[in-house]
Amino acid sequence: MSAQKNRVATGGRIDRSKPVRFSFDGKTYYGYQGDNLASALLANGVTLVGRSFKYHRPRGIVTAGPEEPNALVEIGTGAYREPNTRAPQVELYDGLVTQSQNRWPSLDFDIGAVNSVMSRFIPSGFYYKTFKWPKDGWLFYEKFIRRAAGLGTGSTETDPDRYDKVYGHCDVMVVGGGPAGLAAALAAGRAGARVVLADEQSELGGSLLSERDRTIDGKPVNEWVEAAKAELAGMPEVRVLTRTTAFAYLDANMLSLVERLTDHIGPTATGPRQRLWRIRAKEVILATGAIERPLVYSDNDRPGCMLASAARIYVNRYGTTPGQRVVIMTNNDTAYQTALDLTAAGVSVAAVVDLRANPTGGLPQAARAKGIEIIDNSAITQVKGNKQVREVEVQSLTSDATGVVGSARHIYCDTVLSSGGWQPTVHLHSQTRAKVVWDDGIQAFIPGPIMPGQNNRSISSARGVFGLDAALKEGHQAGAEAAAKFGFSNVTGNAPSAEAEPESQPLRSVWIVPSNVPVGQGGKHFVDYQNDVTAGDVKLAHREGYLSVEHLKRYTTMGMATDQGKTSNVNALAIMAGLKNVSIPEVGTTTFRPPYTPVTFGVFAGPDKGDYLDPIRKTALHSWHTDHGAPFECVGQWHRAWYYPKSGESMHDAVNREVKATRDSVGIFDASTLGKIDIQGPDAAWFLNMVYTNAWTKLEPGKCRYGFMCGEDGMVFDDGVTSRISENHFHMTTTTGGAPRVLSWLEEWHQCEWPDKQVYFTSVTEQWAVIALNGPNARKVLEKVVEGIDISEEAFPFMTWRDCKVAGVKTRIFRISFTGALSFELNIPPSYALQVWRALMDAGEEFNITPYGTEAMHVLRAEKGFVIVGQETDGTMTPQDLGFEWIIGKAKPDFIGRRSHLRSDTKRTDRKHLVGLLTENPTEVLPEGAQVVEHVKDKPPMTMIGHVTSSYWSPNAGRSIAMAVIKDGRNRMGQTVYLPYEGKVVAAKISKPTFLEDGAPANG
Amino acid sequence: MANAYARRSALQHFGLTAAAAKGDVAGADLLIGEAAHRTIVNIRGDGGDAFKAAVRSVTGAELPVTPNTTAAAGDFRILWLGPTEWWVVSANVDSAKLADDLRQAFNGQHAAVIDVSESRTVINVSGPSARDVLARGCSLDLHPRVFGPGQCAQTGLTKANILLDQVSDNPSYDIYILKSFADYLWQWFWLVGRDFKFAIRAH
Amino acid sequence: MLLISCPYCGPRDEHEFAYGHEAHIARPTLEQQQTMSDAEWADYLFMRKNPKGVHFERWVHSRGCRQWFNVARHTVTHEIVKVYKMGEPAPKLEQK
Ligand SMILES: [Zn+2]
Repeated sequence: MSAQKNRVATGGRIDRSKPVRFSFDGKTYYGYQGDNLASALLANGVTLVGRSFKYHRPRGIVTAGPEEPNALVEIGTGAYREPNTRAPQVELYDGLVTQSQNRWPSLDFDIGAVNSVMSRFIPSGFYYKTFKWPKDGWLFYEKFIRRAAGLGTGSTETDPDRYDKVYGHCDVMVVGGGPAGLAAALAAGRAGARVVLADEQSELGGSLLSERDRTIDGKPVNEWVEAAKAELAGMPEVRVLTRTTAFAYLDANMLSLVERLTDHIGPTATGPRQRLWRIRAKEVILATGAIERPLVYSDNDRPGCMLASAARIYVNRYGTTPGQRVVIMTNNDTAYQTALDLTAAGVSVAAVVDLRANPTGGLPQAARAKGIEIIDNSAITQVKGNKQVREVEVQSLTSDATGVVGSARHIYCDTVLSSGGWQPTVHLHSQTRAKVVWDDGIQAFIPGPIMPGQNNRSISSARGVFGLDAALKEGHQAGAEAAAKFGFSNVTGNAPSAEAEPESQPLRSVWIVPSNVPVGQGGKHFVDYQNDVTAGDVKLAHREGYLSVEHLKRYTTMGMATDQGKTSNVNALAIMAGLKNVSIPEVGTTTFRPPYTPVTFGVFAGPDKGDYLDPIRKTALHSWHTDHGAPFECVGQWHRAWYYPKSGESMHDAVNREVKATRDSVGIFDASTLGKIDIQGPDAAWFLNMVYTNAWTKLEPGKCRYGFMCGEDGMVFDDGVTSRISENHFHMTTTTGGAPRVLSWLEEWHQCEWPDKQVYFTSVTEQWAVIALNGPNARKVLEKVVEGIDISEEAFPFMTWRDCKVAGVKTRIFRISFTGALSFELNIPPSYALQVWRALMDAGEEFNITPYGTEAMHVLRAEKGFVIVGQETDGTMTPQDLGFEWIIGKAKPDFIGRRSHLRSDTKRTDRKHLVGLLTENPTEVLPEGAQVVEHVKDKPPMTMIGHVTSSYWSPNAGRSIAMAVIKDGRNRMGQTVYLPYEGKVVAAKISKPTFLEDGAPANG
Repeated sequence: MANAYARRSALQHFGLTAAAAKGDVAGADLLIGEAAHRTIVNIRGDGGDAFKAAVRSVTGAELPVTPNTTAAAGDFRILWLGPTEWWVVSANVDSAKLADDLRQAFNGQHAAVIDVSESRTVINVSGPSARDVLARGCSLDLHPRVFGPGQCAQTGLTKANILLDQVSDNPSYDIYILKSFADYLWQWFWLVGRDFKFAIRAH
Repeated sequence: MLLISCPYCGPRDEHEFAYGHEAHIARPTLEQQQTMSDAEWADYLFMRKNPKGVHFERWVHSRGCRQWFNVARHTVTHEIVKVYKMGEPAPKLEQK
């Protein structure tokens, strides 16, 4: 193994006997089993891991967790490549390939770094100010800016991984598997509640995984964690999810979590890569811990600058040190634990620079006892070194900590650790829309009151109460209380306990650590590393009047990077508060929105992609259509046979053949998707009178009638034929797409407006397959296979229905027609539909029976001027507009939409009317949607008076035919209008919307 | 010419019988199959005493008036669908006969009887992993503390609407699905089932 | 995702339901229709409340029992204050 120069000799949870090979920017390194990418890079002394977003400054690893703003890398290659992955969250596996981002041509030499030299000239808002002129310029500039900035690139290939999606339910959901979360899950689990415990790391334990020598219940913490894990694993109602991030807290205690199943194995793994959990909990315990804040000091982004807590995690858990000689700056006691642990691991701690005077807490005293130098009431004023920290300068603070005095002391070091206090991880709490409130004691936001209906509690450090014993006690209590709320009150065992925390002193807020020149003039005080926002930028925003937090965010882009400002938001707010001379909460808080950390799109789709993106609904005859080469047209979720090409036929050829054969002899059509609603009850006819515009009371059993349904606004929203089965029983048909909407509409009026009416509506759309026989020879075909009825015109006239058998199968035939030709619509039980269809094909062979698809159906109906709701109508057409004045029941006192037909606007005689359009050139087929104008001009705009709704080549008319809605159209018969499109102008004459002169009368 | 071709079930084209013969039913933790051609008669009424009596006279079962519950007697099973809507289902009674019997029994009441047998097929899912598989697409809590035999629910399964009827606690579920969605749902089970040991069971 | 308690089926996920529109808008009687102005009719048709607070809404359990019912829902917090059957009056609530 090549030397891992920062690896300490012993300790940590890595397995030094299992080396793991990986690469970074093309170079091969070795880490150990148990490492993550960040710890392995640090162990190998790789401190330069990326370039910053705007200035392309060299950047190193800052944190040891999901809050990482700098060390964002691309992992994987080819189709597996994924950008913007946080190095501390990438578990190392053999063969892992990683790349740095945002550098060109290489990380070491980056051309964009000139931005850094030029930074005086690219302040906040620079892009907005410079590139917004001219008006269209941004479209041009954006490409270049994005490429120069680019935060990694994802693969453009199809994602080769698959993803899983699952719902979950529990009594108690515990987020966070640290000491508090473990204690909570144990207590609730022991009581018998259904518990889910989720933690984003590869193993449970949280902060306990990086403790050196603490104990719980007298046992080393590692042993306690192992015992807890074993106990939880033995509880059948407890589910433990590791490598699982709760990234969204949605309404009513529903949490979205992503479980990373194989990311730690890599592309060689089998099974789904990640799983999306949507867990509905009765109670949620947020034990999400806290995130350390960095201090904002001059050039605090040099590679080697890191959080004090992160260094502690790296040395204790991963057996690696961030460097060989460390200086720590802090405003609180916790950083001294890092100093102690580094010292214990043999790392040289050159000094602890404390912003406070004379720290005397337990940890500072312990550090002193170990011989660690403490430089109090002082600050690091300069960090030197470009790609690696080389040296710091330390000066004494003025009494108000806004400046420094005295001469600078130089300390050589390769690492600067800082601690600016701790911000509870309130993200999930905040996602519920609950407020956070400022706590002066810890100088951080803590969770405010919870939202109604969002039963959760934040505990332990997630609510700003720190210390191991407190975590265990709060966890145990929360778990027990939550379980008891749902009847599981028999908690066994006591709360675990730990020794008391050392006495500590409060932190000192120094939101901008001063240097020897004013902020913004010397080195950069970075606040938001990922978006390159400095304290100087916050000052600029303030100077330019962007004072509220929302303006500050948008103007500086502070907190708007992929890390959502986990390490920067509070610092920025505090700096703004200082500039405005108000308290921090007066500046505002930020609202955290999902996701907590970025989530790949694939996991949201899960298996619902490709053919499964949306259900494909198939009719009982689907396999016949497939066997006969039909492509399908999507109508809603239905796949309907579109046309049946014979070998060598184009779509145009096939449709013409189908249309002609149907008009000349006989065609057969699968109309199964038509909506069908069974309506029964003494008030059925009354109800139809209300929902249709025409009258139904006098329709006799055995007969059928066509009707329009309008909304209360008077506009057509569905149509169809309804038949009277018996006095109190009707069979309604609807459009294919409108079936569910119509049923819901009927139910709503019945249940909400007229509940006393005695009527029941039941969908029977799929109880019947429908085969339509159309054409002059339809009767001759049917005669051969029908049993039990006389189907002559006299015995079975148009607009009636009969029960019979066809090919031995019980069938109900409706004499209705959507082609204008002689037609029989056969309603058959779907399980026999194929049998009947084949029998009809056999019987029709001598008549050249021709199956036709939806395209031919459209042409056939258009030849006769039949409208399709949703094609000729768009929610603004009344039946009168469509030329159906006759279908309005004048004698009916009331129906839905009637009052709207009396409005002055709907009564106008010059509304848009449905008309026909005959192009002057009969071979010109207009595009549907083409705009109609009366007077052509050289170029737009022209006054548009309507548009084409349907347009086809009609082989039976021997010319193109079109329907259009045109302003005052019925009063313009014979007028020539113009359709400018695709660089030409087509002239057409307005006609009636019927195009066949009685070639095949409907009742022939 | 009558019955020249066999009556077809919605999933027949997948060759389920042949697939069932080849599968490892004993070693599976998930069994799926089609229970085709089930008689389903939709009945509508106020659920009052006269309605209950009529249903009892035909089926021998007590109409379940508690939402989302079922009742069973002899050849019949009754499923609650809504406050005025139930299904009477049967594996072996002819649907036309059942519908006629019910219509006669309701004579004089404001009630409706609609044979909907042809509109749906039934996919049965059973085995120790049945709950885990259903959780991939169903937001109901099917934990035995919450949902068990005697309960039914209309809900969604992936992007299809279903009626779910737990028929035994081993557990076994009958999933009623509109035939037009049957292909989609069946293939969805194949899609999510690949992470389980599953086999096709003949019904 | 909301958890809506159907008055018949109990709590179910939002995806089982469809939102209708504002509740408690009675259709004018025939007599009213005959006397009301176009403007008044338009008001019935189109004008809806958009409160920041509790909104009374009509929902349907479309993937379940197909029943319409009323929901009093807070438009800011998304809290469902009350669910009640069709025909029942809107609950009196202290404004939050
Ligand atoms: Zn319901």
